[in-house]
Amino acid sequence: MAGRERSPENEEDSENAKTESASNIEESMAPNTQVASVPKEVEDRNREPENVIIRFAGDSGDGMQVTGSMFTHNSALVGNDISTLPDFPAEIRAPAGTLPGVSGFQLNFSSLDIKTPGDAPEVLVAMNPAALKVNLSDLVPGGMVVLNADAFGGNNLKKAGYVVDPREDNTLAGYQVIQVQISNLTLQAVKPTGIGQKDASRCKNMFALGLMFWIYDRPMEPTIRTIRQKFGKKPEIAEANVLALQAGYNYADTMEIVPNQIRVSKAQLPKGTYKMIMGNEATALGFIAAAKVSGRPLFYGSYPITPASDILHELSRHKEFGVYTFQAEDEIAAIGACIGASFGGALGLTGTSGPGIALKSEAMGLAVMTELPIVIVDVQRGGPSTGLPTKTEQADLLQVMFGRNGECPLCVLAPATPGDCFRMAIEASRIALTHMLPVVLLTDGYLANGAEPWPIPRVEDLPKISVKFATDPATYQPYRRDPETLARQWALPGTPGLEHRIGGLEKEDVTGNVSYDAENHERMVRLRAEKVAKIANDIPPLEVVGDAEGGELLVIGWGSTYGAIDQAVGRVRRRGGKVSAAHLRYLNPFPANLGDVLSRFEKVLVPEMNLGQLRWLLRAKYLVDAIGLNKVQGQPFKIKEIEKKIEELL
Amino acid sequence: MPLASNDSPLRAPADAGGLAAVLPQPPQPAYTKQDFTSDQIVRWCPGCGDYSILAQMQKIMPSVCAKQNIPRENVVFVSGIGCSSRFPYYMNTYGFHSIHGRAPTFATGLKSTRPELMVWVVTGDGDGLSIGGNHLIHALRRNIDLKILLFNNRIYGLTKGQYSPTSEMGKKTKSSPMGTVEQPINPLLIALAAEATFAARSLDTDTKHLQDTLERAAAHRGVAFVEIFQNCNIFNDGAFESFADISVRKDKTLILEHGKPLIFGKDRNKGIRLKGLKPEVVTLGQGITEADLLVHDEKSEDPTLAYLLAHLSEPEFPIPLGVYRNVSRPTYDQLLQSQVETSKSKPNAGNLQALLASGDTWTVE
Repeated sequence: MAGRERSPENEEDSENAKTESASNIEESMAPNTQVASVPKEVEDRNREPENVIIRFAGDSGDGMQVTGSMFTHNSALVGNDISTLPDFPAEIRAPAGTLPGVSGFQLNFSSLDIKTPGDAPEVLVAMNPAALKVNLSDLVPGGMVVLNADAFGGNNLKKAGYVVDPREDNTLAGYQVIQVQISNLTLQAVKPTGIGQKDASRCKNMFALGLMFWIYDRPMEPTIRTIRQKFGKKPEIAEANVLALQAGYNYADTMEIVPNQIRVSKAQLPKGTYKMIMGNEATALGFIAAAKVSGRPLFYGSYPITPASDILHELSRHKEFGVYTFQAEDEIAAIGACIGASFGGALGLTGTSGPGIALKSEAMGLAVMTELPIVIVDVQRGGPSTGLPTKTEQADLLQVMFGRNGECPLCVLAPATPGDCFRMAIEASRIALTHMLPVVLLTDGYLANGAEPWPIPRVEDLPKISVKFATDPATYQPYRRDPETLARQWALPGTPGLEHRIGGLEKEDVTGNVSYDAENHERMVRLRAEKVAKIANDIPPLEVVGDAEGGELLVIGWGSTYGAIDQAVGRVRRRGGKVSAAHLRYLNPFPANLGDVLSRFEKVLVPEMNLGQLRWLLRAKYLVDAIGLNKVQGQPFKIKEIEKKIEELL
Repeated sequence: MPLASNDSPLRAPADAGGLAAVLPQPPQPAYTKQDFTSDQIVRWCPGCGDYSILAQMQKIMPSVCAKQNIPRENVVFVSGIGCSSRFPYYMNTYGFHSIHGRAPTFATGLKSTRPELMVWVVTGDGDGLSIGGNHLIHALRRNIDLKILLFNNRIYGLTKGQYSPTSEMGKKTKSSPMGTVEQPINPLLIALAAEATFAARSLDTDTKHLQDTLERAAAHRGVAFVEIFQNCNIFNDGAFESFADISVRKDKTLILEHGKPLIFGKDRNKGIRLKGLKPEVVTLGQGITEADLLVHDEKSEDPTLAYLLAHLSEPEFPIPLGVYRNVSRPTYDQLLQSQVETSKSKPNAGNLQALLASGDTWTVE
């Protein structure tokens, strides 16, 4: 369950080691390579560690996201468990060499079951001084720093705010520093292809990747295949990238840039066939699967927005499944078209991030009023307003719960991991289609761009979604309801004799005619609320990990905090702490047993990447004095942050 | 109540895009106006121009359905918010009364996935040109096969009398007691700028012309935009009287006919000719013949002539009514459908298991 753990005591030891070794930097290995002496215990631990956390960092134009993804992909293929955290600026190309332009990609790969990208990197690949400056403080003491020595010239140092070259003062004391002239070696390596200087220079990320492949003893073939596919139409560029990758690998090998290659064994994952999947991709595949098992055509209306656009990209590639994608003129048009498609019998979807939800709110109300099945994906990002477009946050929960005029309840779901997005996309579709109402699927930037190994499901194991249409003119009434779910009937245009009109004006019960009647309005408001509440009969109960019968402390979360909570609770429990965990995938309605679960614990802790939105809902509904652990930094929780809070409360 | 399950003929299999292929297609009955009249009480103010538009629509629908072999259940009216947008409630077809300004978006989603449906959009000057201006432009430029009717009464009626984006400059209303200081927008100029493939204008009180125009819009493949001058007898009575009143109509309006010279007037003796790039009104005779006049060409790919005509305004010029532009281009819904169909005809298309397992995989024994 847990990755490699480091107790607080050990961390202190390492701190001491850092200061002691400050004077021990020595030149060795080769003219291009410097290695600091490393505390013995760190070195031993690193030969066959259970997991390694690497962060690739460079300019936003240096290709760090690609490099990180390729290393991740490779790790997945060799059988490691993986979890990733891409972290990039909103600017596509901030001024080169500056601190705001630094783009990073953190990857945790392990022989154990891990659930987070790791608290702190142990290896930092820094392509320029700015990348070093931004990321060095996160590196664990004694960690490895791989530097592109060519980038540490006067101007770059200045832009990063270094007065003295960090390689020449005590900045890097206590770290294992590997300096390589990545830029120059790359140019030499790709010379035979004859490509221009600019293209040649762009291959340096592959050289860096080659270095890391050697250090971690990785096969290059899958990555070479990927490169050739990616640059299929530009064979000379593909060749240059391959040459750079191989050159990096061979250089590391020849120079033995670390004394011993480091091996992370395969993870003991459950049997099955796996692939690496990212949250947005899993969301898109989930909807395609939902369309298939429900027999509905899929319509996705969306306006480009970070970090949701990849869902549009992915779905637009799969028209062979009867998928219609519509890049709308704005967020409102995107949901409008989605509701229109649903009126016509399609599984109507729209996807966006927080600012887009604000724009869609009126139309979400229309979907509530017309009781049509649609799914709205909100890939949450830092807010308010434009906020932090590329960073993660969980601060849209109350917006999707309440951010509409009138009494306007809808169903809200949240996946817990990138792969879980697949399952919850199907679940959102199932609830929308069988209960006839809009469902919000709340993911976030961390899930969307994060990756994990995904056991490929068998189609025959997917849930079945049974969709019914009205056909009989003798009995049809637009707002006649199923007694169990209160779902109204879906009558599609094209069905003879069922011609009817719906819209945003209040409906008369049963007939659906426009009605301004006072009593009818209250009845309809209550019916719409009850309809959402009744979904609780159709979803699984909340499970408690730990002491199901109750205990001292329950840590309850929702969405992407799952991994960090699970790992933190696991660590404390192994030390004998009386703490349990529960994770909510259903936020409206809550699972029927939630109140009961909460009442069994003396204390309830709610870690959230907001100022306490779930806590607010739990307090309001269950009168429980829940305690918050709130982090709003655009970054996911670290395991130790939650661990510390748990220790404090026990 | 009997419901169709997944296995019933109503079910559209996931590998078939729309429902056209599987829905029962009964023999086409000959419809009457009554078949398009719903059981709802019409609630517009007595004397409203909307009554006439509704009546003409109900009148032409039997012939539209017969000519195009469309059953009534395949007709859908979508609207936004405003007086005009109550229209769908009174048509005995499928209907969707949506939210303010957004009708083209609902219609776009519906038509994209159900191309066999005939989808009408009913909007007004506030709904279509103010809050929903963006959607109108994009529906027009996409050339999606929608019939968009914009009822232009140059006022906000349902909110009780504020000026609209088509209200004339200086107009005094409840929200502009000293007169507006805004240049009005000309709906046809917007449609032409967006290169609508069909753009026309008609008048609520000219019932025959309105019927003809609606029928022609219905026959067009692609987006059809029709501006209908519509009198609001409560908040903007007589807005179009200066040219629409029967006593002056022949002299103050010009009926556009494809391939015919631009002649108007109760004596058919006035015409429009070009002087350089500027149009001017001339009187036939005294050396000026029909050969000197501009000839209407609704089929011109170049929208310049239509644009020039849409610019003609009182008091110098007659107001042109009729079809300004009518050209043929592939429609959005056809192109989208054909991408979907082409993709679905690929070998192994729709194999979900193959999709889920695509890419690099590894197996844990």
